[in-house]
Amino acid sequence: MKIKTISFFIILSLNIVNAESSSVEISSILKNLRCLICQGQSVADSNSEFAQTIKLVVKDQIDKGRSEKEIYNFLIDKYGEWIVYKPPLNRVNFLLWIIPYLVLVAGGVIIFLLFKKRVNHR
Amino acid sequence: MKKKIIKSFIVLLLIFIIGVFFIGLNNSTIYDTKSLVGQKLVNIELDHFNKKKKITEGDFNTNNFTLINFWASWCGPCRQEHPFLIKLKEENNLKLLGVNFKDQKKNALKFLNEFGNPYDVLAKDQLGKSSVNFGIYGIPESILLNKDLVVIKKFIGPISLSDYGYIKDIINK
Amino acid sequence: MLSNTGNILLLTNIFLGIFIIYFSFQNLKDNKAFISKKIYQLCLLQSTIIIISFLTLIIAFVISDFSIVTVYQNSHSLKPFFYKVSGSWGNHEGSLLLWIIILTIFSFFFLLYNKDHPKNYRIYTLIIQNILILGFLSFLFFNSNPFSLILPIPKEGLGLNPILQDPALAIHPPLLYIGFVGASIYFSAAMASLLVDYSGKRFAQSIKNWVLFSWSFQTLGILAGSIWAYYELGWGGFWFWDPVENASLLPWFAMTALLHSLIVLEKRNLLYFWVIILCLLTFILSVTGTFLVRSGILNSVHTFASDPTRGVYILMFLSLMIFFSVMLLFNKFKSRNYVLNSNSKETFILINNWFMIFYLITVLLGTIYPIFTEVLTNHKVSVGPPFYNAVIIPIVGLFLFFMSTGPRVKWIKNNFYNLNLLLKILLGSILINFFITYVFDSYSLISNFIIISALFLIISSSIDLYQLFTIRKLNLSRVVSHLAFGFLILFIGLNYNFSLEKDFNLKLGEQRIFKDYSLEFKDLQLQDFKNYKAVIGEFKIKNKTNNLEDTLYPEIRIYMKPSTITYEASIKTSLLKDYYITMSNIDRSDYYNIKFQKKPFMIWIWISVIFISIGGFLSLFKNEKKNY
Repeated sequence: MKIKTISFFIILSLNIVNAESSSVEISSILKNLRCLICQGQSVADSNSEFAQTIKLVVKDQIDKGRSEKEIYNFLIDKYGEWIVYKPPLNRVNFLLWIIPYLVLVAGGVIIFLLFKKRVNHR
Repeated sequence: MKKKIIKSFIVLLLIFIIGVFFIGLNNSTIYDTKSLVGQKLVNIELDHFNKKKKITEGDFNTNNFTLINFWASWCGPCRQEHPFLIKLKEENNLKLLGVNFKDQKKNALKFLNEFGNPYDVLAKDQLGKSSVNFGIYGIPESILLNKDLVVIKKFIGPISLSDYGYIKDIINK
Repeated sequence: MLSNTGNILLLTNIFLGIFIIYFSFQNLKDNKAFISKKIYQLCLLQSTIIIISFLTLIIAFVISDFSIVTVYQNSHSLKPFFYKVSGSWGNHEGSLLLWIIILTIFSFFFLLYNKDHPKNYRIYTLIIQNILILGFLSFLFFNSNPFSLILPIPKEGLGLNPILQDPALAIHPPLLYIGFVGASIYFSAAMASLLVDYSGKRFAQSIKNWVLFSWSFQTLGILAGSIWAYYELGWGGFWFWDPVENASLLPWFAMTALLHSLIVLEKRNLLYFWVIILCLLTFILSVTGTFLVRSGILNSVHTFASDPTRGVYILMFLSLMIFFSVMLLFNKFKSRNYVLNSNSKETFILINNWFMIFYLITVLLGTIYPIFTEVLTNHKVSVGPPFYNAVIIPIVGLFLFFMSTGPRVKWIKNNFYNLNLLLKILLGSILINFFITYVFDSYSLISNFIIISALFLIISSSIDLYQLFTIRKLNLSRVVSHLAFGFLILFIGLNYNFSLEKDFNLKLGEQRIFKDYSLEFKDLQLQDFKNYKAVIGEFKIKNKTNNLEDTLYPEIRIYMKPSTITYEASIKTSLLKDYYITMSNIDRSDYYNIKFQKKPFMIWIWISVIFISIGGFLSLFKNEKKNY
């Protein structure tokens, strides 16, 4: 009974999620872009000449109907991967994305093996 | 045996990490958009400085070499590199395309009157948006193109004496 | 004058370090069961002299003695007294001296407070700690001497970067250093423990309080750094996953893991080598962080004047530390059979460690990955907030769930946990979450997940807290820290998801209307202050019904010494929300760029972190009482 109630609420929440994920948020895109001439600041946080230009360009591209991914790819094309804070998954960045999860799995396996030992001891 | 493998693996990993740190220390951290070098520029579109027209690839694919220079009257280092641009104007093999970046027309003209006009073609980029297509992130920056509009080199910051020499060597080969 | 005094004091300290090591070895040879008085005296002298040398530096800053390079580069005679003092550790050289002070004082106190442990263990700890002290002292003396002279003597100093003139940042380095430099003492103790085979419960007891102490301060230090970023950097965030921030977080993860597994070692005499590894790792990560920050190998918001020669020295030191600890560990390592029950407290503590290591590796990898791609493939990448959010956040929920159930499980063996209660808590969390989304009228899947799990931890810790007063068998410090951690995640989740953030350009006199608010750019004034000029804007925030909510005054400051422009955010804090406005000029235009933010529950994030560290202090207090 309880499980039913819980799943009801979860399903309810999922529906609301779907309803609200349409428009591309400009500020979230700008936050994921590095201001190349600043010291470790995002474009959203900077007010430098460069950041102002990029803000305009991103806005233009959104108006043109480009998707978030297309905008990142466009900028990576022009400025290299350094401009995005979330490195795209490719050959070079493969390890960056995979190692954390490998560690997570390995840790789980180690803990599991420690239990198994216990069983063998019996 | 198994233990030995694990141990040597850990040691090698540590040596590798420290080695990379050591090399990384000596690398320069100045960023440039070097990934553009070797790429062909396509879909170029710039506003002409005076006339109501667009400048496209067609305007300079007849040149042997093109130097695109991004400048503004408000930019200090642009004054530094200007004499070299004036000298480069004398080269027959090279055409200069100036892009006036986020500037006011009045000031830009004053600047050119004062220091001379090295540009064969002059474009403007009032909002800086077109420059993004060239991977520009600050000015002055210059891009050297060959006949096929492939980027040979990017110059970040003002063109120096050695950059001037480099350009002369390339275009007179 | 001051320069000579300082140099002589530093040199004396180098000799003292050598003497202490020498006499310690002598002391090991004789058969007495006690450590000779001479060593105590030398250590006391060592601590006193290093403190005096630091006072010398502070005096140089206070009287603005510009014959000293460090003072000239980082101070100015017109600077307020408070920042003259804090300026002495706000730079590379001074902060390194502070670093050595902590190494030295911890060394002395560890000697003093562990009299009931065997002599050779204490002596070896002292020797290793003094090798660390000598390493850093010689680095300070030969490479980064805070007492170097400059000729001709300048009339005026260059001044301290104004964004560093902030009370939170003034206390940030001392707090943080007590944290991660304090970790040096259990690095030394772990090495000594391996050398003399002093393991088990007694070893755990000897370092437990030091771990707690450094962990609590590390927590506060990170907090001070965040508060500074929030108030000074002017973009309204408090954590940017910047390399410098990560450098302070990495030892924290290791310490947290250590803190938990130490309990297992103490209570059950298990996990000895794992504890040793964590002890060594914590300080190695501290030094690694220092290397990353000070060598300039990474780009960061928090510019510490960097210099590659420093990098080479720290890297060499780091390599030696790693080399010796790994060698020693390999030599002494014996695999032991751990007997674990899947539903026992030690299992849940291992699970804590599992997650801590996951966070640690993720953050470490993200921080150093760009160095690797650049060196190996000549390819520059940025690893920033979206990466960490994507990798870490989905795992946080699971972690919080274990964190709520773990502490209620008993040692060794536990009958299966009361599932009914868990379901009730879960249901309660979901209901509250539903209510929250209703109030804020905004929604996202991941935030729900985080908020539900945070609530889950809060509710179950609250039940613990209640039971604490009725049954009195549980650990108060643990409950406080866990409860505060739950609240921290909850408030971060709420803050992250329900912040209002607007970025736009506005001219004087204009008004901007949003869904629930309107913002009016009312006035602009130029004012002269003692060491800067300021352009001060006046902004009126009105709510839906056009009633005035608040008036904010962001500033653009133009400093003379050194000539810098800073953008001062105007922040109005209340219990439920912060209003945050920064204003910056746009070149060649009358418009100003305005960032307007409404951040819910901001102050509660700070309070939660303070309570997390209070948990640590409580536990320290309790242990002290037990000992005497």
